[in-house]
Amino acid sequence: MPAQETFYEVMRQHGITRRSFVKFCSLTAAGLGLGPGYAGKIAHALETKPRTPVIWLHGLECTCCTESFIRSGNPLAGDVILSMLSLDYDDTLMAAAGHQAEELLEQTVAKYDGQFILACEGNPPLNEDGMYCIQAGRPYVEKLRYMADHCKAIIAWGSCASWGCVQAARPNPTRATPIHKVITDKPVIKVPGCPPIAEVMTGVITYMLAFEQLPPLDRQGRPKMFYGQRLHDKCYRRPHFDAGQFVERFDDEGARKGYCLYKVGCKGPTTYNACSTVEWNGGLSWPVKSGHGCLGCAEDNFWDKGSFYNPVTNFGVMGGAEATADKIGGVLAGAAAVGVAAHAAASVVGRMTRGKSKETSHD
Amino acid sequence: MTSTVTPNGFALDDSGQRVVVDPICRIEGHLRIEVNVDEDNVIRNAVSTGNMWRGLEVILKGRDPRDAWAFTERICGVCTGVHALISCRSVEDALGIDIPRNANSIRNLMMLAQYTQDHLVHFYHLHALDWVDVVSALSADPAATSALQQSISPWPKSSPGYFRDVQNKIKRFVESGQLGPFANAYWGSPAYKLPPEANLMAVTHYLEALDFQKEIVKIHTIFGGRNPHPNWLVGGMPCTLNINDVGSAGGVNMVWLNQVSDIIDKSITFIDQVYIPDLTAIASFYKDWGFGGGLSSQNVMSYGEFPAIANNYTNESWMMPNGAILNGDLSTVYDVDPRDPEQIQEFVTHSWYKYDGGDQARGLHPWDGETDPYFELGPNAKGTKTNIEAIDEGGKYSWLKAPRWRGNAMEVGPLARYLVAYARGQQDIVDQVDGLLAALDLPVGALFSTLGRTAARGLECSWTAHKMREVYDDMMANVKAGDIATANMDLWEPATWPGVAQGVGFGEAPRGALGHWINIADTKIANYQCIVPTTWNASPRDPDGNIGAYEAALLGTPMADPAQPLEILRTIHSFDPCLACASHIISPDGQELASVKIR
Repeated sequence: MPAQETFYEVMRQHGITRRSFVKFCSLTAAGLGLGPGYAGKIAHALETKPRTPVIWLHGLECTCCTESFIRSGNPLAGDVILSMLSLDYDDTLMAAAGHQAEELLEQTVAKYDGQFILACEGNPPLNEDGMYCIQAGRPYVEKLRYMADHCKAIIAWGSCASWGCVQAARPNPTRATPIHKVITDKPVIKVPGCPPIAEVMTGVITYMLAFEQLPPLDRQGRPKMFYGQRLHDKCYRRPHFDAGQFVERFDDEGARKGYCLYKVGCKGPTTYNACSTVEWNGGLSWPVKSGHGCLGCAEDNFWDKGSFYNPVTNFGVMGGAEATADKIGGVLAGAAAVGVAAHAAASVVGRMTRGKSKETSHD
Repeated sequence: MTSTVTPNGFALDDSGQRVVVDPICRIEGHLRIEVNVDEDNVIRNAVSTGNMWRGLEVILKGRDPRDAWAFTERICGVCTGVHALISCRSVEDALGIDIPRNANSIRNLMMLAQYTQDHLVHFYHLHALDWVDVVSALSADPAATSALQQSISPWPKSSPGYFRDVQNKIKRFVESGQLGPFANAYWGSPAYKLPPEANLMAVTHYLEALDFQKEIVKIHTIFGGRNPHPNWLVGGMPCTLNINDVGSAGGVNMVWLNQVSDIIDKSITFIDQVYIPDLTAIASFYKDWGFGGGLSSQNVMSYGEFPAIANNYTNESWMMPNGAILNGDLSTVYDVDPRDPEQIQEFVTHSWYKYDGGDQARGLHPWDGETDPYFELGPNAKGTKTNIEAIDEGGKYSWLKAPRWRGNAMEVGPLARYLVAYARGQQDIVDQVDGLLAALDLPVGALFSTLGRTAARGLECSWTAHKMREVYDDMMANVKAGDIATANMDLWEPATWPGVAQGVGFGEAPRGALGHWINIADTKIANYQCIVPTTWNASPRDPDGNIGAYEAALLGTPMADPAQPLEILRTIHSFDPCLACASHIISPDGQELASVKIR
């Protein structure tokens, strides 16, 4: 086999100048929220590393993560797949099928034992001996365990792999189980969302390739740079919340003026994701901007927290004790000043208690 | 069984070599195909096994019906939004909610955009490699490729230098030794018929289409906040129209409407200047490969889609008509009514479910349906329960049920829609079909094939792109007349609902007929059931032994080399399988849950 090309060599072969390459590294550093000093480190890493093999498995899921991934505008999904990494198995995109496809798993284990990234979309069901998800005549969970044994690290794409998502919603008839509860001896990077934002997906994987390290994770295993802030705190409609200006029902005057969607069920106050900052589909919009409240799709078990149209009654995270419904009620009653104070106080308490509540909620 | 003829007229013979293909890649979800080939490597028996089951309908029980769109949207992220729309229709039908005209237009625009993007991605990224040899593209002459491209399309990216650059890019990729998604495939197989120049042109457009598809879905992002999985609303759409007033940045304003218009124009150009010419060019080299017709020459069905008139789901309103054709008789098109228990039923004799009570062979309409998962291999299966070497199609063999229309196995999807519209004499469709057949010098009968299915999808992609322009202009005229309503909230509060209600939402997903049946009791979902396109097409056998569309389409196909399942992939891919959609569960009272074993 010829020597593996480095990322930089591939970019140069694509006609990309040294100058553009350095600019790309600067943008990548900025996009990841890193200081300008990191641009040089990224450039060095990309100049010297071969393309890392990635094995992309699918369990029980809907393929929205793959669809989101190919929406990435910067970098383009085609460039990621063909130039930045080596997508050596992905049953959604690969040309081969049947035993020719499955042979590639063995080849990867033989050639790159302990060196490849295992990207998991969806999750394994454990009921019925795992046969609610059959691949090549066997339970998916076997394939997952086998490849996990030989990988370097696991990316859990989306809420299915991270938390269980829709098929794990009550009563979870197949016992669909998130990756970290099946694989406990490898690092698992959770990239939740149903689906995650395309540029967050490509951002996480290019970070790992560039730095040859895992992104710093929060207590729940999510990259801090993308999941460290509440949507509500970076929401462009936040001033309307603070001013007590709410959409009372869909398509009313407040809705047309872009008021806060809290009263029609927005889960922004309890959701940690990058939607309100990175936005979707090349930064064009995001759910709140289009007029629908956030569903909270990046949060654990978001399907089982009552109707999507019920207002959040507890501003804490995962059962924390930030604020009571009564305090929020003050906002809703139109006592804007009181409401803001209550909310501000609640946020302070939240910051103090967040770590603890997260720890206890995460089993 | 060694040799038999099914009631729907297909000869089966399982005496020859058994070939197993699992996984079938380049689809959504998990599918297994087994075939028997005779001494001439012609397929004489075919078995389609749905490999997954998620149980979403059980999960919906007891939920707020207004939330159902979000749950069902997650049935599928490839045809994203489709289930959400049909779910909204089912709840609106049950509760008697009329949506505003603008909401109907916005929903049509989102559905049309979905078709356009989905068909484009299917053709280039899930299907093309069955016809296009990537490695052969390396030996193409870029100047000849340029000449070929310029002879069939005004698409500007066509210079010899452009194709040389792409070719060099592929060459370096191949020479790196890391072949990624192109590894271990069937390059060089005699089943590939394109000259190198056509291969290079198609591979180039594989890359261009991958870049372009993400632009089409921005229509979802504008109206629904994101893609995949945009937001919807029972009663209309969650986005507002605010083109005159303060705070218009909080609604869909002139800036975003202009962007939608621009995306529509670019989509029409890409489809008509890249996809359609490629499709025609590729098809011209495979005209002799007339296999894969299966059920298409007999029984096809469409529920109808794209209502021109808000809240009217009949042929008076459908831009793509409703209808069923039986026994290949194009002179008679039957109306399809998803409410009628005599018309639509599901069977589980060969599915990994069992019905409550004695008669396992009866069919149940979705409003009365039930499902209890029951995984059991047939007595002649090879291997073990958790290591299946060969399926026994004489027993239970799939996580999919067998839906039937008036007892008949039906094919659904773009070809079925086009045959129904053609038989109904809808002029825009007739013109498109006759135009393509004339260009390829083929008779109407050529449509009944794998290539016919693939061609109908392409024609439909152009049709949906152009329809977006029509719907957009219609919406702008309505807004100009002063109507900016996007949602009807009169019956939003559950207190306004009847104690018990029953509804159906139906329409056409890109892959075919889609229905959601809902029962509401005391403001909660009492029962929720879906029958989706791939369940029709990938259906296992019914109690009478009728085979479904996948199994029928594979019969009679010669394989160049049974160890390389290229021909199987071609025909199965032509249906655009979606298995996450197809496998589902119905539970009328929740008691079945107790039977799910917890290990």
